[in-house]
Amino acid sequence: MLQPLHNGGAPTGMSPDWPMGFLHTYGPRADPVTGLAWGLSIISIAVVVIVTVLVLTGVLRRAGRGEVAALRPVRGEGGMQWIYIGLALTLVALLGSLVWTVTVLAEVDSPASKPALTIQVTGHQWWWEATYSGDDPSRAFTTANEIHIPVGQPVMVKLTGADVIHSFWIPTLTGKTDAIPGRTNVAWLQADQPGVYRGQCTEYCGQQHAHMAMYVIADPPAAFQAWAAQQRQPAAQPAAPQQVMGEQVFVQQCGACHTVRGTPAGGVVGPDLTHLMSRRTIGAGLLPNTVGALSGWIENPQAMKPGVLMPPTKVAPVQLAALRAYLETLR
Amino acid sequence: MALAAVALAGCNERAKTEVHTGGDPGRGSLLVDEEACGSCHVIPDKAQGNGLVGPPLAGIARRAVIAGLLPNTPDNMTRWLQSPQSVVPGNAMPNMGLTQQQARDITAYLYTLD
Ligand code: HEC
Ligand code: HEC
Ligand SMILES: [Cu+2]
Repeated sequence: MLQPLHNGGAPTGMSPDWPMGFLHTYGPRADPVTGLAWGLSIISIAVVVIVTVLVLTGVLRRAGRGEVAALRPVRGEGGMQWIYIGLALTLVALLGSLVWTVTVLAEVDSPASKPALTIQVTGHQWWWEATYSGDDPSRAFTTANEIHIPVGQPVMVKLTGADVIHSFWIPTLTGKTDAIPGRTNVAWLQADQPGVYRGQCTEYCGQQHAHMAMYVIADPPAAFQAWAAQQRQPAAQPAAPQQVMGEQVFVQQCGACHTVRGTPAGGVVGPDLTHLMSRRTIGAGLLPNTVGALSGWIENPQAMKPGVLMPPTKVAPVQLAALRAYLETLR
Repeated sequence: MALAAVALAGCNERAKTEVHTGGDPGRGSLLVDEEACGSCHVIPDKAQGNGLVGPPLAGIARRAVIAGLLPNTPDNMTRWLQSPQSVVPGNAMPNMGLTQQQARDITAYLYTLD
């Protein structure tokens, strides 16, 4: 099921037109901020327009009269009252903006109700690891780059960095929060409509920083539970001989960096691939998860994402086909 | 066949490509994005076309032979795209489950790369 992509204006589909648009938001964490941004922009523009009009009128009113004597100021009664009016208006505008800003800050500080779940998100060069732990550690599971949440419920995100500082930003759902090695920052988000929300690392973190995207996918609660139940399962045992051969190649060549739960492959350098096929993209949003992209990525990811911390595999095409056939069983 | 290949050489106009291949280069271009052919091939004008697994596709319209085996005609190109594994079993380019029409569209697009 393809859900609408909420990427800030573009209606549906994987349209990259406004991938990081933040003027349309979809939840109580982001909406008040959007209102504030529009409000403050409009107030600021109004102030600039009023001041400009007053200054221009003052400058142009007496132009062209010729006589210098005419420029001598005529002091009437009650000149001070204009100063008071000006000060009062300014104070109202500034105080109003301040109160509004502080109210919004308080409003988005924490969710109104108890969060439905907490997700540990770790920024790596150049991908995102997401662990869903919950109360029961035996039900924990890890995935990457695509973070599913239940629609209409607040979700806490505990952020940290594995190597350097990254920053977590889902413009349509929540503002930026840094993911810093050695400490935990907390963000929260809530999506009020089912759909796919694009996010991006926004703290320069090295060569492939620009290719460090992620997707938040808001599912209806039942679909979310089904997804989580599926993710908790270990990988199914491959059946066909080609897939079995692929699994062997995988454990030898890839297992030091990647985990597939239920196999000896338990590496933690790269993303957990136990349910790779449940993701729509690979390489942190870089490529669609298709037969072609997956094959090319396995064989030579360095060409697609230069500097990526996965080496070119350069296995024989027969093994490549077996590897891909095996990966395709990781549903 | 050879004649068709010769006739194709140097003809990168959209209309001509359509006549030769029965495909739509615009749709073909979108399919090339969707299938991510660029993860294995360097493809001119494609942002995501920097793959270094197979040969670059620049000038493919004027290349004489496909995969070192088939004369470069529209029909052969369509056949190759639909089933590279039956043309050269065990080569690194996978069958991607393209329909005949999709393969024709991609062929039309490839013949704009000269
Ligand atoms: C030296 C460690 C290392 C080895 C060995 C390695 N990988 Fe990776 N792999 C990574 C890293 C790191 C990433 C994340 C790259 C990124 O997106 O920046 C990754 C990403 C991937 C992805 C994309 C996952 C996603 O959800 O985006 C796939 C698929 C993958 N590797 C498959 C393989 C296969 C198959 C092998 C063995 C042939 C392999 N890897 C060997 C480190 C490794
Ligand atoms: C997993 C990597 C991979 C993917 C994905 C891939 N190819 Fe290829 N392609 C190759 C390899 C390797 C060859 C060379 C095959 C040979 O010569 O036997 C090749 C050859 C070709 C050729 C012949 C080139 C020549 O000069 O002989 C064309 C045309 C081509 N591919 C087009 C495509 C298109 C279009 C797509 C996407 C629909 C695509 N390829 C996807 C790896 C790939
Ligand atoms: Cu970054």
